[in-house]
Amino acid sequence: MVMVFATAILLLLFGGFLAVVLCARSGVSQVAGQVGAISGSALGLVSAIRVLLTGKAEGMSSVWHMPGGSLHFQIDVLSAFFLLPVFGLSILAALYGRSYLADRKGGYALAGSWFHLNMLTVGMALVIAAHDGLLFLLAWEIMALSPFFLVAFDDQKAEVRKAAWIYLSATHLGTAFLLIFFVLLGRLAGTSDFDGYAAALRDNPALSSTMFLLALIGFGSKAGIVPTHVWLPEAHPAAPSHASALMSGAMIKVGIYGVVRTLTFLGAPEPWWGWLLIAIGASSGVLGVLFALAQHDLKRLLAYHSVENIGIILLGIGIGVLGLAEGIRPLAVIGFAAGLLHVLNHSIFKGLLFLGAGAVQRAAHGVELEELGGLLKRMPWTGATFLIGATAIVGLPPLNGFVSEFLLFYASFFAVVQPAVNIAVAGLIVLVVMGLIGGLAAACFAKAFGVVFLGSPRSPEAGEAREVARPMCAAMAILALLCVVFGLAAPTVVSALDRVVAAATGLTIGAARDQLTAVTGPLTIAISVFAVCIVIAASVWAVRSRRLALAAVRTAQVWGCGYPKPTPKMQYTASSFVQPLTTQFHLFVRNREVLVPPEGYFPASASYSSESSDPFLRGLFAPVFRWFDYLSHLEIFQHGLVHGYVLYLVITLVALLIWGSVW
Amino acid sequence: MLPFLGIIQALGLLTSFALLGTRSKGAGPQWLAFQGLLCGLVPIIMHADGLTTQVVLLAIGNIVLKGIVFPWVLLRLRARAPYHREVVPFIGIVGSTLFGIPVLALSVWLALRMTPALKHAPFVMLVLSIFLIFVGLFLIVTRRKALMQVIGYLVLENGIFVFSAIAISGTLLLVELGVLLDAFVAVFVMGIAILHINSEFGFMDVDQLTALRG
Repeated sequence: MVMVFATAILLLLFGGFLAVVLCARSGVSQVAGQVGAISGSALGLVSAIRVLLTGKAEGMSSVWHMPGGSLHFQIDVLSAFFLLPVFGLSILAALYGRSYLADRKGGYALAGSWFHLNMLTVGMALVIAAHDGLLFLLAWEIMALSPFFLVAFDDQKAEVRKAAWIYLSATHLGTAFLLIFFVLLGRLAGTSDFDGYAAALRDNPALSSTMFLLALIGFGSKAGIVPTHVWLPEAHPAAPSHASALMSGAMIKVGIYGVVRTLTFLGAPEPWWGWLLIAIGASSGVLGVLFALAQHDLKRLLAYHSVENIGIILLGIGIGVLGLAEGIRPLAVIGFAAGLLHVLNHSIFKGLLFLGAGAVQRAAHGVELEELGGLLKRMPWTGATFLIGATAIVGLPPLNGFVSEFLLFYASFFAVVQPAVNIAVAGLIVLVVMGLIGGLAAACFAKAFGVVFLGSPRSPEAGEAREVARPMCAAMAILALLCVVFGLAAPTVVSALDRVVAAATGLTIGAARDQLTAVTGPLTIAISVFAVCIVIAASVWAVRSRRLALAAVRTAQVWGCGYPKPTPKMQYTASSFVQPLTTQFHLFVRNREVLVPPEGYFPASASYSSESSDPFLRGLFAPVFRWFDYLSHLEIFQHGLVHGYVLYLVITLVALLIWGSVW
Repeated sequence: MLPFLGIIQALGLLTSFALLGTRSKGAGPQWLAFQGLLCGLVPIIMHADGLTTQVVLLAIGNIVLKGIVFPWVLLRLRARAPYHREVVPFIGIVGSTLFGIPVLALSVWLALRMTPALKHAPFVMLVLSIFLIFVGLFLIVTRRKALMQVIGYLVLENGIFVFSAIAISGTLLLVELGVLLDAFVAVFVMGIAILHINSEFGFMDVDQLTALRG
């Protein structure tokens, strides 16, 4: 019954091609792309859910005319789990995208964006379903290239083109490692089929470790771990928001899928793999949220939060790997469950937040925080759903973000009480890091939500903002609803993870289920307590509103220290709100600040501006790329003369012939 | 059968040198036609003891296409093209002809090295095929006019044809049909492209195409 999946892929492709073919008639072309994306992704979702429910892997294999590879697809439980965010977000991104792009002109660009959006979904789905190294790499390339065109949507802007190139360089850096990874693995195993990989690495820990490192760098750069995260804050603000949602919600998770899938090949893990994952997770998490704090651009801020959340996911997987290596089963199961569940949760709330940012961008013509404000009254749907997303990402109960972070805290506390010192230390590190991340993330979203949606508008555009079109609201509302449902239904969701966790850890389903059932008890208590609190608070609020409605209410200015005429400029700005925190973490967050202080008794004008730049982009990648610029002298070999190109062929041919004949 | 092959080799080498050294207007396509005819005979001679319809059809198809159709197309093309001198190479006529001598030596040496691997292939034909491939590539690289480049391409294709006729025994037809189809398409595409480039830009010099570079 893999036919459903195949049909889904074909529908996606067909929709994309139809959009391109019909590009002369922009309206029809967009409908074709949208219908293809929604119908294809819905079918794909059906096939993934069926595998998750039955637990039976579905696959197809056929001969491929590509030397060294076979056309082997297999959707097992692990693949199906990762297909959920891919297809789910693709449906909503398509639903949202057409209204989002409605005021854009240019049939070619629009048709192209639909084509590449569908290709991105196809690429991700094929990567996750591929069961053959070569096929995997091919699908990976499709997945890696499509966002380049999506990011370069507004290609008349120089900074958009720059962002697209940064993305392309970063993604190929990762692909280079993956190429080595699969070629080496294929040579060792003598086959490119995934089934053969595990046998080749069974009793060779040194080799397994090398493979692990290669995979971690290759997949990690796609997932956005520090320091290869630099493409995220560049690419996401440049891309259309529904594309950002799909990239941040689904594509970077494919990197996590790669890491988890690789772990299933490598046999028994070494303890230091877990430590390394925890270290990377901790640095990505903390640095991601710190950089996010300093941002003025809503989408850049969200992009850095993706880095942070990838860190949280890796902390979970790291704890899980450590548990597997040391043979502590509860740690392994709950660690992996935390990481995997956070994959799903993050795709829901980050998709929601990016869609919300897009709605703000469309309504207020910008996502620069210092020019927004007061949007909650003007855009109630966007505001309310964004608030739910922000609450979820911060990890507040009873929403879905809380559940996965709860699992992670549970695993860490479990580790802390272990007799083995190293496990206890690992648990302690994760606890401290998670505490720090949680606090900073809360501050960051207090800033983001407060500055964008509360207060009064800081620019005329923000003042004229209106609620966005219905399909966009619907897409955001569905995701917000999912945040609530996955939070309230947490015990069910967690115990349903048993098959997925068993597939990822190699333990039996029964063992995984036992450990997960142990967590559901405390989880139920936590969720219910907070749910009850919220119900009480809501009732109090309702009573208060009723009482106020009955009484005569006089509205007046908020007390302004005796100043009678406050203006929007007197509000907290985004940078002033987080300034206490950014000064604390000056070591990591280096803002470039320009301060012109007021002078004299009657100051005329004064100004302050700060600009944040990624220290990794500035300090690590910029010098490397400057060095690459020297290589551009090699352009003399690319002269455009046909004769010359054929001459290269001849020289190569003769050299090969002579080389082959002499040796 | 060896004497025939010897004659074909000698004539094939001569046509190649003629193409390297040709300066006159219509000579290129004519030498090419002769060479195509010669190469078309190779599979018939090779399979003389057990001639099948397949081989005969292949040889006839090859002779018709490369001996008649392609040269005719090229001659027509030349008639419509308004340029004055046929050959304005990067490397002069004398240089090209002299170049042929070391390449022939290289071909003989390579053929010697290849003989152990290809036991059934006649040595003379092996030399010819390698030489044709080199000459074809050389013509593509050094000739300025698109017309001579097409000729170079067809010489290269002749070399591949001879090589496959002598080296591959089983799937001859399949391989050859594939290559022949490639050549067929290539000649027509190039022919059309040359005409269009000519009418659009007023030149047929391939090196001037760099003007199109962005």
